[in-house]
Amino acid sequence: MAANRIRSMFPTPARKGETFELRNGLNSQYSHERKEAIRSTIASMTLGKDVSALFPDIIKNMATSDLDQKKLVYLYLMNYAKTHPDLCILAVNTFVQDSEDPNPLIRALAIRTMGCIRVDKIVDYMEEPLRKTLRDESPYVRKTAAICVAKFFDLNPKVCIENGFLETLQEMIGDSNPMVVANSVQALSEINDSDPDTMALNVTPATLKKLLMALNECTEWGRVTILTTLAEYQTDDVKEREHICERVVPQFQHVNPSVVLAAVKVVFLHMQGIASDQAKQYLRKMAPPLVTLVSSQPEVQYVALRNINLLLQAQPDILTKEIRVFFCKYNDPPYVKLEKLDIMIRIANEKNIDQLLMELKEYALEVDMDFVKRAVKAIGQCAIKIDNAAERCVTVLLDLINTKVNYVVQEAIVVVKDIFRKYPGYEGIIPKLCQNLDEVDEPNARGALIWIVGEYAEKISDAGEILSQFVDSFQDEYSQVQLQILTAVVKLFLKTFQNPTKRDESQKLLQQVLKEATSENDNPDIRDRAYIYWRLLSINPDNAIASEVVLADKPPIASTIPNLPPALLDQLLAELSTLASVYHKPPSAFMEVRRGKGVGSIMRRAIEEQRENMAENPGATAVAQGKSNVENLLDIDFGGDDSTVTSPINAPVGGGLEELLGMGGVASPMEGSNAGGLHGGLVDAFGGLNMGTSSPPPQTPAKDTKKSNQDILGLF
Amino acid sequence: MASAIFFLDLKGKTLLARNYRGDIPMSAVEKFPMLLLEAEEESSAVPPCFSHEGINYLYIKHNNLYVLAITKRNSNAAEILLFLHKIVEVFTEYFKELEEESIRDNFVIIYELLDEMMDFGYPQTTETKILQEYITQESHKLEIQARPPIAVTNAVSWRSEGIRYRKNEVFLDVIESLNLLVNSNGNVLRSEILGAVKMKCYLSGMPELRLGLNDKVMFENTGRTSRGKAVEMEDVKFHQCVRLSRFENDRTISFIPPDGEFELMSYRLNTQVKPLIWVECMIESHSGSRIEYMLKAKAQFKRRSTANNVEIIVPVPDDADSPRFRTNIGTVHYAPEKSAIVWKIKQFGGGKEFLMRAELGLPSVKEAEPERKKRPISVKFEIPYFTTSGIQVRYLKIIEPKLQYPSLPWVRYISCAADYHVRLPEPTQT
Repeated sequence: MAANRIRSMFPTPARKGETFELRNGLNSQYSHERKEAIRSTIASMTLGKDVSALFPDIIKNMATSDLDQKKLVYLYLMNYAKTHPDLCILAVNTFVQDSEDPNPLIRALAIRTMGCIRVDKIVDYMEEPLRKTLRDESPYVRKTAAICVAKFFDLNPKVCIENGFLETLQEMIGDSNPMVVANSVQALSEINDSDPDTMALNVTPATLKKLLMALNECTEWGRVTILTTLAEYQTDDVKEREHICERVVPQFQHVNPSVVLAAVKVVFLHMQGIASDQAKQYLRKMAPPLVTLVSSQPEVQYVALRNINLLLQAQPDILTKEIRVFFCKYNDPPYVKLEKLDIMIRIANEKNIDQLLMELKEYALEVDMDFVKRAVKAIGQCAIKIDNAAERCVTVLLDLINTKVNYVVQEAIVVVKDIFRKYPGYEGIIPKLCQNLDEVDEPNARGALIWIVGEYAEKISDAGEILSQFVDSFQDEYSQVQLQILTAVVKLFLKTFQNPTKRDESQKLLQQVLKEATSENDNPDIRDRAYIYWRLLSINPDNAIASEVVLADKPPIASTIPNLPPALLDQLLAELSTLASVYHKPPSAFMEVRRGKGVGSIMRRAIEEQRENMAENPGATAVAQGKSNVENLLDIDFGGDDSTVTSPINAPVGGGLEELLGMGGVASPMEGSNAGGLHGGLVDAFGGLNMGTSSPPPQTPAKDTKKSNQDILGLF
Repeated sequence: MASAIFFLDLKGKTLLARNYRGDIPMSAVEKFPMLLLEAEEESSAVPPCFSHEGINYLYIKHNNLYVLAITKRNSNAAEILLFLHKIVEVFTEYFKELEEESIRDNFVIIYELLDEMMDFGYPQTTETKILQEYITQESHKLEIQARPPIAVTNAVSWRSEGIRYRKNEVFLDVIESLNLLVNSNGNVLRSEILGAVKMKCYLSGMPELRLGLNDKVMFENTGRTSRGKAVEMEDVKFHQCVRLSRFENDRTISFIPPDGEFELMSYRLNTQVKPLIWVECMIESHSGSRIEYMLKAKAQFKRRSTANNVEIIVPVPDDADSPRFRTNIGTVHYAPEKSAIVWKIKQFGGGKEFLMRAELGLPSVKEAEPERKKRPISVKFEIPYFTTSGIQVRYLKIIEPKLQYPSLPWVRYISCAADYHVRLPEPTQT
């Protein structure tokens, strides 16, 4: 206790001592001591210590001819103005004086800092200096003042408009200095964004001309600003569009990747509607700079790759010849590797598939598990995409399965299942897959393997044995796998019930699985499905209806490469190079809705909105749709319409039960002991069934939302 | 547009921050390390930008630092990430090395630079040479107050007026880096030439320069039949001083250069070239106790050229020991810190072929998980007076209209290996 008290006493006097010392220094009669004290104050501020108590002492040091010292004092003011709004007004006089200093550096510094002091009161004092500096003779001061208008608007839009600052900025687009032009455009565009009613940035043919003029003389960042504005400019005039493209294309050669991306955006958007051979030529010109972006810094590469992904979804052919560029380097960061893989499968075609497959196989033998899985998946996607290559892909997959590396084998099995769905004739490899039965522990892979066994039950001699292993461990499986087991056993039964040698075995298995799924299982999805099968199988003795439902033809799959919905894609193409284009989500999905000010409350609202957006985000549903194979796999047999499902309700329940149990002519041991319970279960099932028919199959979508959520998370 | 920029140590503690817009609580940064950790648990691929509760985090890693920008708008991601790289570049030129210590030692000037490089979240001046003219560590020693150099806002924002040299000279270096990826069975998977023209410019006044290359497209445009070989560059990138529209029109490279050293242009060629140094490798594993590497390296360029400082780095298992080497040229040593053996050859004549054998012992006790990291062999070399693409400087015209001085351009060529990799074959078991 005592020690504690002593310890807790210590820091306070120590801190007081420090502040005390600093205060003494700040009020020293020697200028070098004062300056040193200011430095120390800023150093403490940098370390995150609260030195706001020194505000009045710091302000005393504001009027100085020492530029360094002035900058430090200004920095301090910016940091603590919010906590001492009243004291800030004390500083105003010096600001106003400084904004008339003979040195342009000081004039600019004053107006820049004033804009950064986010205190309402400052507005009244800022009007005059801002008006003057906007007309300053030095372009350096003008370009700083231009940005300051945006700060002013952010602080008080009404006063800003009343003072005519927006008009002044609009005039400044015609300034002789390119950097002033760029900053004016930037400020106007921000004002326009935050309040479109101001019509702050209204590009007319005359402004367009000025922008195109300034474009060639600007700094790199200025070019990005102007190009972004050009991209947002809407016009129906084809001539004008052509002219813009023509003037922007040289920017493809700029060394700064963000200039190149901004230029690509302008040309890509304005290219729509101009003559098609001209447009084709622009697309051709776009390819080399896009390829060069892939050798920029990895973070920038990532943005470029995400954008190229979008461009390829709109124009699949622009980079077909360039597949080698996207081959992964062993030292690429993982996030770059995954994006490259995604792009490679998009530009895969019959000509480059051999090369690509060799490369993918190489990746599948790497160490990074996520990357390896993605590579295996890519092989499957290629097989589905390119018919001629399917066989080669399967060969590669079999090679990979032979490596016996656990996660490779599992992913390969999932992928093979897709291939089975599209192409018949690969049943020969089933025994090989089944060899790995014990290794397969991921639910997706287990589900896929069981699906294959059920689907090809008639061709696998020991299908019954394989499935019986799974039935034995039914209760230990994931529910997703349980559903698969259930369906596979029903398929097996339907495929073998006319075969006297196998019939007994499969029927026993069927009874066992139905029992496990109904009386032993408390997952309603599984129970419901089991009851539906049960009823189906009870309708008629030759099981025609059940076969029709359960063994129905599957809808063909054309592609397993996820594509964004067209509307979202168009929206994102207009956002190239921005965060939205990187996340592949509309801005509304990750941005808070701007309404008034007060960061705190907006942030809180933003959190809630964010959650809502998560749920209704169209990007996520798109991903989920693209991944529909898994869900198809599960609900394909679920396709029975209501009439089929509800019809057995008319039949006496007990009869159905007897029919089923009596079918083999074997007195089931269940009959005596469990029939009652089963009966009760069936009655219960009516409730469950009605619910099941009125609402969509619950298990699958639940899993899918989870999946798409994971995809969204994967983006982060 | 960025709301704030942070410098964080690897634990995520803020070393220095600059809040540009005040529209995001600065405490948002406290979540960054946790978010990063969560993302890492989710997947090995953590992207350089992500969003959390309406705030977007964009970051790069440099030495022992994270440089982080946050924004709540749908900002231009490419621009922000590049700007972060630009910060690193400028600070490195200012402080030689940018890391935790240099941030702490230079906080005053860093604040000044951040103020000048970005305003209200929009990038401004990022040219180190220009910044150095008015932001210096010793500014307080100057008698007169610093003023913004005209160049800051000039159309020619990269060069100041009034530069004087007694001897006017220009040095041109044409440097071609080779990126090559060869499969273990000897197929060239990717070969790419990345060329750069670097200049050292010591010229007075505001000189106008024009550079002529044996550019195939230009020759075709002008209907000129070239005597020698002409080179077709896939994509050319220029320093901002080059007039891009001129180049687009008639392929003329004309510019007013910055003073001193800079990279004028870079270009890329995808043409398949014969690998300059061909490396073949065979690995034999002797019942898991010994591993043997047999390497053959061959110089596939003309006899009159020589490759200098050739290094062939062969990855070996982490736990290898007792290395033994035999070679007919150069030196071989084992670099356990890199888990590799390094074969160095000072001079490698064109057309020559050399062999090396290495034998390493393996411990009898194996790690549970066998190492499966697929590191390739990497090769380094330099070949002076030689460009792989055959690019040539035909002329460099220098005109300073007011001063009209004589000047001397010097040109050097060099080819070197950049990402030059040969994948290792699977060892044969004996």
